[in-house]
Amino acid sequence: MTEMTAGPAPVDGGLIKLTRKDFVADAEVRWCPGCGDYSILAQTQKVMPDFGVPRENIVFISGIGCSGRLPYYMNTYGFHSIHGRAPTLATGLKTARPDLMVWVITGDGDALSIGGNHFLHSMRRNVDFTMIMHNNRIYGLTKGQTSPTSEFGKRTKSTPMGSVDRPMMPLTLALAAESTFVARTVDTHTEHLARTLEAAGRHRGASFIEVLQNCNIFNDGAWRDFTERDVRDDRMLLLEHGKPLIYGKDRDKGIRLNGLHPEVVTIGEDGVTEADLLVHDQHAEDPYLALILSRMFWPEYPVPVGIFRQVDRPTHSDLVDAQIEAAIAKSGPGDLRKALMAGETWTVE
Amino acid sequence: MTTTPEGIERESQLLDRVTIRFAGDSGDGMQLTGTQFTRTAAVFGNDISTFPDYPAEIRAPAGSLPGVSGFQISFSASDIHTPGDAPDVLVAMNPAALKTNLPDLPAGGAVIVNADAFTPSNLSKAAYASNPLTDDSLKAYRVFEVPIGTLNARALEGLDMTSKQVDLTKNFFALGLMFWLYERSMDPTTTWIDQKFGSRPVIAEANKRALSAGYAFGETTEMFHTTYRVPKAKLAPGTYRNITGNEATALGFLAAAQAAKRDLFYGSYPITPATDILQQLAGYKSFGVRTFQAEDEIAAMGSTIGAAYGGALALTGTSGPGLALKSEAMGLAVMTELPMVIVDVQRAGPSTGLPTKVEQADLLQVLYGRNGESPMPVLAPATPAECFTLAIEASRIALKYMTPVAYLSDAFVGNGAEPWKVPDVADLPDISVPNAVKGEGTFLPYGRDPETLSRPWAIPGTPGLEHRIGGLEKLDGLGTVNYEAENHHRMTVLRAAKIAGIAKDIPPLETFGVDEGELLILGWGSTYGAIRSATELMLADGRSVAHAHLRYLNPFPANTGEVLTRYRTVLVPELNLGQLWFVIRGTYLVDAVGYGRVRGKPFRIAEIVAEAERLLAERGVTR
Repeated sequence: MTEMTAGPAPVDGGLIKLTRKDFVADAEVRWCPGCGDYSILAQTQKVMPDFGVPRENIVFISGIGCSGRLPYYMNTYGFHSIHGRAPTLATGLKTARPDLMVWVITGDGDALSIGGNHFLHSMRRNVDFTMIMHNNRIYGLTKGQTSPTSEFGKRTKSTPMGSVDRPMMPLTLALAAESTFVARTVDTHTEHLARTLEAAGRHRGASFIEVLQNCNIFNDGAWRDFTERDVRDDRMLLLEHGKPLIYGKDRDKGIRLNGLHPEVVTIGEDGVTEADLLVHDQHAEDPYLALILSRMFWPEYPVPVGIFRQVDRPTHSDLVDAQIEAAIAKSGPGDLRKALMAGETWTVE
Repeated sequence: MTTTPEGIERESQLLDRVTIRFAGDSGDGMQLTGTQFTRTAAVFGNDISTFPDYPAEIRAPAGSLPGVSGFQISFSASDIHTPGDAPDVLVAMNPAALKTNLPDLPAGGAVIVNADAFTPSNLSKAAYASNPLTDDSLKAYRVFEVPIGTLNARALEGLDMTSKQVDLTKNFFALGLMFWLYERSMDPTTTWIDQKFGSRPVIAEANKRALSAGYAFGETTEMFHTTYRVPKAKLAPGTYRNITGNEATALGFLAAAQAAKRDLFYGSYPITPATDILQQLAGYKSFGVRTFQAEDEIAAMGSTIGAAYGGALALTGTSGPGLALKSEAMGLAVMTELPMVIVDVQRAGPSTGLPTKVEQADLLQVLYGRNGESPMPVLAPATPAECFTLAIEASRIALKYMTPVAYLSDAFVGNGAEPWKVPDVADLPDISVPNAVKGEGTFLPYGRDPETLSRPWAIPGTPGLEHRIGGLEKLDGLGTVNYEAENHHRMTVLRAAKIAGIAKDIPPLETFGVDEGELLILGWGSTYGAIRSATELMLADGRSVAHAHLRYLNPFPANTGEVLTRYRTVLVPELNLGQLWFVIRGTYLVDAVGYGRVRGKPFRIAEIVAEAERLLAERGVTR
């Protein structure tokens, strides 16, 4: 299997090279100063030329929430739809127009709460689009209510005594929904963010990226405990295909499997060597390793970032088109006259 | 009068019209029996009209009253508009079917019962205190007791089948008997059996034997002394087929895609009574048709918007509860001004209501059931065959005016069948519209055609027209997000004016009957047949009456107000409690009178006549 399959074909054999500026729309960006969305937008605009896809063949579709404004800032085709429904528009568009490169921009509330059903079904169908979920664990556009990824017990304006709902694990859900590309990255880790966007954009099939994003107004420091520069090496785990799960400032910590449970170990202590560690296999056909990784979170574990899973499956539109081709191969192109005359007919003179 | 070889004296009687109702358990195959009789009558050349009436439960407890399924067919030597007010003949396969359907049978009507089914257990399930076949309660009717189960089992002896399988074929015995009674050929059904059960020869043989046995029973028994002949109807020359409204809707959209030179996308979620359309379109893959069974009604609507955005002829279909779920996304379609058709095969509500029964109570929902000022054209087919032309017309309006269009069918028009003169493909209108291409100057996604007020359809993939749309209000012309007060007012007025302007582009409202006079009966949708027949009867009776039928509910035809002024009284019969009536009064300040019935059944002709006569009498109109 290739690491990255080709995206839509570039124009003129890729001779026209666009730049980041070509993807900047002239609309004024209206997120709060300091919002993590700026970084996601900037990296998205930055990687876009690398796909070699003409601007007019790219479509950004969003739902409602702060993230929903992103398409206005991309100089491509864009559709700011309604709350939670962006995957449904993207599915209809990709079914009718498999030639387009489609990106779905969503948030934790948009994707997992009001749009939870569409999230699951677009993933299981392997619709060929990339979903970027801005996860700030709060409802920002409505000014600070609990979200499906908010911590248990979190005090917000709608949960003054603390949330009684347990948070969802977005990556576990994506994996359970048969997503063929599942990744996590962080708004402030710009280089990793760009690399992840690029890999997802090149994957054929339903790609899901969770971007851990800060809301400096309503949930400042949403992920600070493990994403800050001074702690992140010890509290996050960078997944790399084929490499053992090693992390830590001193590269001395690792993850090994103890029965069904991942276990944090220190290399060199209690006889632990690198050979005892789990080795990441993002292309594993079965999802078990990815599912285990998707459940690991701070403070019990370092938070994994990177590509959890990437497997090849026919896309939804591949299968739809193949059925159309098969039907035509079997009986020829549809003949309207015959369809109208189907069943028994009789003639009145 | 002839005498058969068995020495039975028989006569053949000529009739203009016959209405038969097949009724039995929902597992008895009554819909299939009715459909087979319909096909045979249609192929023979009768005019036909059908009313399938089945329960919401797939298999309610056998023999129970809620489990009764019925199929009424009227076939005629002259032009008919309805499946008949009341059956002439009731075929009742069990006591429950007899009990639920007998009230509709006029005194003197014929009942053919499957006598085998009148067991103490079945009688008790149907809540009969005593056996109606023996207690004289049926003396007003002509009752024919036929031990259908026993006779059928005897005919199938020797076949390698379980007794349950044998029992499942008894509907074809009844069908064979009816074929004999109405002098029909068994050939169309025999051909159908061979096609349907070709790979299961024993089942095919069993059904054919059952059919023939029923036919032969009629011939040899002394029970029937008359057979009946309904000659061919005088239909306009052409090639005909039998078609239901849902079939005609699917075919209409298939033709519309060809006429629009675009690929068809149909995103839908299964819901009674609209599912047939999804299933039929799913079979047209060789036409490049893309059907999408969505995870829910909202996704079906969202996918339709996405496909429309991509340049397809985009359609979705549902029924009332599904329409409610689609409402928010329908508002997005209005706001983004994208072309698509939303089919609502209406059923009785509110909520889950009576899922298999007819009602016309979604009119106000499609007109006003969205947040904000959200104008949408609304069309409603009057007959099963008309579903074809109106599907094309709905597509035409959607494409030309860049707007979602609501298409209001219902369970009666969708499931009912009639003969359809198959149109010539060459006669299809050209409804194609161009995609926008890059021109001089700044592209205006919300720039408008001066005549239609429609905005350009700039589909992704078009170089130089990259733009952003969405649910937020947009600046007139440039289409950027805009919150200014005057702009919102202007855009709201423009959206309304665009839809209102369609009135210039649709046929005027026609009247049938007197050009002016005492009474106009104004209807819409599937009530057409009953109203037209009632009007014909009253005209023959010398009454000053006319019928006008609205296919366009928004906007109304431009002459609607003028038509209403030509009659002293306007009566609006509807299968709701007065929805068109409310809109007509509000729009035209006319003191129209409503006549609403919501029993899950179509109007009977006699009801309309009675209400019209009552109204005329109230207004002092004497004969």
